Amino acid sequence: MRVRRLQRVFAVALAVLLLQGCGQPEGQVVIGSKKFTESVILGETLTALVKAEGVAVRHRASLGGSRILFNALASGEIDAYVEYTGTLSHEILARESPADEAELRTWLSGQGIRMTGSIGFQNNFALGMPEPMAAALRIETISDLAGHPDLRVRFGSEFMERADGWPGLREHYRLNQRDVRGVEHELAYRALGAGEADLTELYTTDAEIAYYDLRTLGDDLSYFPRYDAVLLYRADLEQRAPRAFAAIGQILGRIDTAQMIALNAAVKIEGRTEAEVADEFARTHLGIAVDRPTPGLLARLIRHTLEHLVLVGVSLVAAICVAVPLGIIAAQRRRLGQIVLATVGVLQTIPALALLVFMIPLFGIGAGPALVALFLYSLLPIVRNTHAGITGVPAPLRESAEALGLSPAARLRRIELPLALPTLLAGIKTAAVINVGAATLGALVGAGGYGQPILTGIRLDDTALILEGAIPSALFALGTQWLFERAERAVVPRGIRGR
Amino acid sequence: MFSLRQISKTYQGHPALDAIDLAIAPGQTTVLIGPSGCGKSTLLRLLIGLIAPDAGELCFDGQPLLATTLRDQRLRMGYVIQQGGLFPHLTARANVILMAGQLGWSDRRISDRLETLRRLTHFPADGLERYPSELSGGQNQRVALMRALMLDPEVLLLDEPLGALDPMIRFELQQDLKAVFETLGKTVVLVTHDLAEAAFLGEIIVLMRAGRILQLGTLAEMIAAPADPFVEQFIRAQRSHHIAEALT
Repeated sequence: MRVRRLQRVFAVALAVLLLQGCGQPEGQVVIGSKKFTESVILGETLTALVKAEGVAVRHRASLGGSRILFNALASGEIDAYVEYTGTLSHEILARESPADEAELRTWLSGQGIRMTGSIGFQNNFALGMPEPMAAALRIETISDLAGHPDLRVRFGSEFMERADGWPGLREHYRLNQRDVRGVEHELAYRALGAGEADLTELYTTDAEIAYYDLRTLGDDLSYFPRYDAVLLYRADLEQRAPRAFAAIGQILGRIDTAQMIALNAAVKIEGRTEAEVADEFARTHLGIAVDRPTPGLLARLIRHTLEHLVLVGVSLVAAICVAVPLGIIAAQRRRLGQIVLATVGVLQTIPALALLVFMIPLFGIGAGPALVALFLYSLLPIVRNTHAGITGVPAPLRESAEALGLSPAARLRRIELPLALPTLLAGIKTAAVINVGAATLGALVGAGGYGQPILTGIRLDDTALILEGAIPSALFALGTQWLFERAERAVVPRGIRGR
Repeated sequence: MFSLRQISKTYQGHPALDAIDLAIAPGQTTVLIGPSGCGKSTLLRLLIGLIAPDAGELCFDGQPLLATTLRDQRLRMGYVIQQGGLFPHLTARANVILMAGQLGWSDRRISDRLETLRRLTHFPADGLERYPSELSGGQNQRVALMRALMLDPEVLLLDEPLGALDPMIRFELQQDLKAVFETLGKTVVLVTHDLAEAAFLGEIIVLMRAGRILQLGTLAEMIAAPADPFVEQFIRAQRSHHIAEALT
């Protein structure tokens, strides 16, 4: 009876989430941005422009890398975001040579996507190293790097992987550096500043170039393409939301390279929020007054806690409903059991980020993919412990139950499951605690939660912001553990407690 | 009550039971005895269908044990094993009444039966709410006996029920078991490796070795006319064992 009620609650919770995750309210425009400051500032600016028109708008900030944003746009999860032409031809189209504009437009329109002209600046890739070191080693251009194989090179993870990043660059210049590692782009700057690394990739609008006194190395064999900032938007936006469409158009041609560096510096060096900087720019340069309240610490904390709670709670309940029966089946049928255990084991080895990206085409962005990923990660500890708990019932007890004349169902319900309960609960507890930590990654796909301040904090080198996510997350994990220990004491009979 | 014809059972190439012929009479206490590995426990487990014979024919009350009828047939048997086999997550009471509850007995019928058994087995009333881990080994065996007798079965099967108890408690329980057997007059099959216990509790002793029955009868008959040199040897070994025990 209790199980059935639990199932009903779960079904309702899932339905609510699906509705939230999939259906945007009619008429609402959704702006997306990538997981780096410039993209977030531009996203906030576009949002401010649409909002000033009185159109309902939502900014899904810091969603992730280019792939995630482009897929989100193609599937209609977002309506517009700022992209760079070089990224489009090399990363999205996976071309060797830059595609010309007409070709790009034709290809995009096949995807139901349109592209505007330039926003006014380029954000090209370049390589940079600390000025004193570059002067000492007499390195002016990328070609000069060839004589220095021992340089400590730290690239942003995306640059490490993408076709127009390090793999192509190394080939083009025949570079031979050995110590090359991928880190967060923002962390690479900090490593350079601290003298722990020698070379990183730059975005030419990065405020850190001046801040850390970095020398931009000349691209003497012209490897890097042009990265003009443009708007990508859904082909139906103009007709569906003409006012929003007109509003975002106001940004075109209005931000030059110096302006973009200044905006980036205002956030990254001066420590202001992207929303503040975007609003101020809209007011002073575009003559558009935007008025929006910034939520206080408590409001943010409550929102992140609720988001986190939903992520962990729903994925865990779903995992229990699936994993316990799977564990029982695995315990009762040996061959099938091995297949089940191997499968959930393999699921565990998929990197969280990869799993999240796989889930986007299926479940969109937001809580959906994060819930599915957390659900899949929760399966292993619960299935394995259920299996271990039931197969661990001593043979004399198993036989006594059989000899009593109990039916297989009654044996499972009255004997095997209760005896497996402490092990089973331990599995659920493990899953829950892991889940609390893993849910912070959900922020990468717009699921919110404690991961959001952590990610933003890392990006902005803002320790207070990191702690705003990290401390509650740690407390949440401790609380979860405590709760499960209390629950264990309540439901495990005295006779088998503390075995 | 049970009839076995040419029953064989092999474990990993070793014969545990080798063409056993045996009839177990109703209303009597039959004791299976022999050295470790002689097949006495295997035989008992066959009787309640926990294992199936590789060859031969086994009937309970004239009917073979079939998958379809086994459950109902088990309700007519009670089974007690060495450490009791009590469920550690259930109290003594819950252990005893588990099956009756499953069969939908009324609360009244359950509590009446439980009280009868409690008196019969000399189990203290305040022990019923304790878990097996909170009771002594001897008390646990009394609970196991109550559980086996709960449905008032025709047959009681006991696999070394006193094997893990210390001598004083063992002696006390031997007296109580004998009284219970005499009061109830059920068909009892008991496995032990202790000849004195076999002689004290059993009306018929079945002496086994290496999967075969060597002799069947009373202890007096075995001493007077051992059917095999091993029977004599076994009896002598048990006696000297008792003397050695008396001296230490």
